[in-house]
Amino acid sequence: MINYDLVVVGGGPAGMAAALKAKEEGVRKIIILERAETLGGILEQCIHTGFGLHYFGEELSGPEYAEKFIVQVNNAEIDVKCDTMVLAISEDNIVTAVNKNDGLIKIQAKAIVLAMGCRERPRGALEMAGTRASGIMTAGTAQKYVNLDGYMPGKKVVILGSGDIGLIMARRMTLEGAEVKVVCEIMPYSGGLTRNIVQCLDDFGIPLRLSTTVIETHGKERLEGVTIAKVDERLQPIPGTEEYIECDTLMLSVGLIPENELTKNVGIALDRVTNGAVVDEMRQTDHKGVFACGNVLHVHDLVDYVTLESQLAGKGAAEYILGKAPESVVYVSPETGNGVRYIVPQKINIKNPNDVKLYFRVGKIYKNAKVVLECDGKVLSSKKKVKLAPGEMEDVTVTADVLASMNENSKITVRVEE
Amino acid sequence: MIYDVAIIGAGVIGSLTARELSRFKLKTALLEAANDVAMGATKANSGIVHAGFDAVPGTLKAKFNVKGASMMADYCKQLSVPYKNNGSLVVAFSEEEKETLDELYNRGIANGVEELRIIDREELVSLEPNISDEAVAALVAPTAGIVCPYELTIAAAENAVSNGVQFIRNCRVTAIRFKEGVFSLETAQGMIEAKYVVNAAGVHSDEIAKMVGDNSFDIIPRAGEYFILDKSVGNLVSHTIFQCPSKLGKGVLVTGTVDGNLLIGPTASDIEDKDNKATTLAGLNDVKKLASKSCKNVSARNAITSFTGVRARATTDDFIIGPIESNAQFINAAGIESPGLSSAPAIAVYLAHIICEALGEVEVNESFNGVRRDVFRFRHATDEEKAAAIEKDPAYGRIVCRCETITEGEIIDAIRAPAGARDVDGVKRRTRAGMGRCQGGFCGSKVVEILARELGKDINEITKFGNGSVILFDKTK
Repeated sequence: MINYDLVVVGGGPAGMAAALKAKEEGVRKIIILERAETLGGILEQCIHTGFGLHYFGEELSGPEYAEKFIVQVNNAEIDVKCDTMVLAISEDNIVTAVNKNDGLIKIQAKAIVLAMGCRERPRGALEMAGTRASGIMTAGTAQKYVNLDGYMPGKKVVILGSGDIGLIMARRMTLEGAEVKVVCEIMPYSGGLTRNIVQCLDDFGIPLRLSTTVIETHGKERLEGVTIAKVDERLQPIPGTEEYIECDTLMLSVGLIPENELTKNVGIALDRVTNGAVVDEMRQTDHKGVFACGNVLHVHDLVDYVTLESQLAGKGAAEYILGKAPESVVYVSPETGNGVRYIVPQKINIKNPNDVKLYFRVGKIYKNAKVVLECDGKVLSSKKKVKLAPGEMEDVTVTADVLASMNENSKITVRVEE
Repeated sequence: MIYDVAIIGAGVIGSLTARELSRFKLKTALLEAANDVAMGATKANSGIVHAGFDAVPGTLKAKFNVKGASMMADYCKQLSVPYKNNGSLVVAFSEEEKETLDELYNRGIANGVEELRIIDREELVSLEPNISDEAVAALVAPTAGIVCPYELTIAAAENAVSNGVQFIRNCRVTAIRFKEGVFSLETAQGMIEAKYVVNAAGVHSDEIAKMVGDNSFDIIPRAGEYFILDKSVGNLVSHTIFQCPSKLGKGVLVTGTVDGNLLIGPTASDIEDKDNKATTLAGLNDVKKLASKSCKNVSARNAITSFTGVRARATTDDFIIGPIESNAQFINAAGIESPGLSSAPAIAVYLAHIICEALGEVEVNESFNGVRRDVFRFRHATDEEKAAAIEKDPAYGRIVCRCETITEGEIIDAIRAPAGARDVDGVKRRTRAGMGRCQGGFCGSKVVEILARELGKDINEITKFGNGSVILFDKTK
């Protein structure tokens, strides 16, 4: 058994930011366990730019953004084990991991930060009929083939889902000489960032078909085509709208799912909407000393926000390890009002002396609406928004003053006013 | 070289027969049209070891089912293949259907099925709390079980090759001639000669039979569609839950699998194209609807994948097993639809027996070892076993498939094994890499790399399941 103050599961942007923050706050023995061969997580295959605008104030590629943190991790006294998979976390915070060089490793941790990221929703979860030909893959897998392995996974491409990875891959494949025939989105709006729709589709003349899905795949060996169809309000295909599109590749960008298998095995409570852990303002789960941040907690659209959130988790873990966490705990759970799908954190310790930012997503597109924060029937803030979209995370701040004025029966709500 | 026996088709029947024949000093070839074993009906079926009450007494189905099912537990043990004796229930939803239960019960008794009994709703609910509110009674068959059909076949083929059988893949038979007591098989791998031919070509067995002039049957391909649900709902039922059978088959079932998932299906629809394994929206909707007739809380929202299998149903409505009329050296093992998997061990023994009888004095293969190599499964190992395995080979310390916890060492083993994996789906069936929640999203590309390295190929030569199922094209600009 090895002892560490803090074990960070995952060496992507979330894990690195949490570890660095904890180090800065004075935690001595920290180790990052990363399943890939290198630190950086999914950023390593995101060679497009657009990262870092909020956090660094400059536009970076994924690997450049990651590199800034990797250098810091290497310079801080933080241990790192790559190519190492965490298999289990026990009730009393013993982390079991495995790799080629050390074999099975058991680490007793004072605190743990979960930063495992998320995975892409696969085909099976969709109502798509047809053959099991090759050439059907998630956009992220295709991205790895093109950007890291240097091979083309297709020549004529249909993309299902207008999430950011799908949009980015539409542009990437076009630049590499493939023909991207269409991007289909089952919802009446795109799940991706507006800037990506403009820069990745519009600029290349790639059509985006809303309220349209792929209902069938064709081809016995390699994919030969897909049938697409319009869908009604209940997202069911409308008979008579079917259209055959010849293609050798279908890329899926139909949602991301936080990878919470380890979290579930520890018995940590999950939020049914985010599919991530239920956490407080320092991103501590209901299992003492276990924190979660980044895409394993809820799927972010910008890595900059992952970094900010993970620094909170790193700080929370440090306070926990060093005995500096607020002694008295009174939790209040912010409630989702009209139009709000979820809020992270799911609970706030009102004895916490700092401002608390509530991150949330809306359920549909709103134009010229207001985001209203209410406490015990009193409007604390009301912010006008030109546009609110499910693909873009929003936030409101509950100030320390407001928290200090609350008690355990206080009700705090975020809602959209049209 | 002239083989003593050429088996056409490396499905469950062909592969198990090859293994039985390897007990004797015979030159046996196992010919497979696809890039791997178990690629036809064997790959995609319910995986049920039926107790044996369905078949009409006196049929070959009845004869081989009960015998085969009784052999299955030992068979799987020797081959390191998971088998679970979970028992089955046929559920009646009305008074009329209760009569069907009586009928099945009587048939079962006639077929020699043991421990059968009919239970009332109360006992049914205590056995299966998630059973539908409409269920009124059930026939319990404690001897029924579940097995993974392709794992069984892979193991048998591997063991057959270890014991001297020649496995030839990508070897579609296109014509057969018979001259001076020897068959000449024209194949995609050239001419192959053999004294005896076993036709275990599944949905294509009628075409093979016609090549030697046997026009006695046709195969009417009948598709069945399924969903596999996540392991989180794998324990929804403990038995295999059947509905009362109809003309089209045993109806939609709900069952756990040996790997801990939940399987629902199949539909039954006759199709034109034998190789059409496409799922249909209508079919998948039927599965959902029919499965929820049996059990509460079956939700396709938990589906991780769906698939279609094609049953090799013969026009004779029974198994066709034995030499053809015009040539005692050509032996059919055709029309093997349900309960073909349950019957397979018994059919294989029978086929080996009649071939040995016909050949006359056949020597026993003294070096035959029916126990398959020890297959290391990281996820099932204890901490001590894991540590020891990694000590021996560090590749067992590298997790490739995170959803199912499959190591690089297990993938390498699957490729290097006799009759080993040559494509991504082959690795998946042997190790479960890519079979979990993410369906290969993360590990797919790693498996491609390992296959390329092990087979000495470039990664764009690796396929999903052979032939034209390429994954990558040229290098990027």
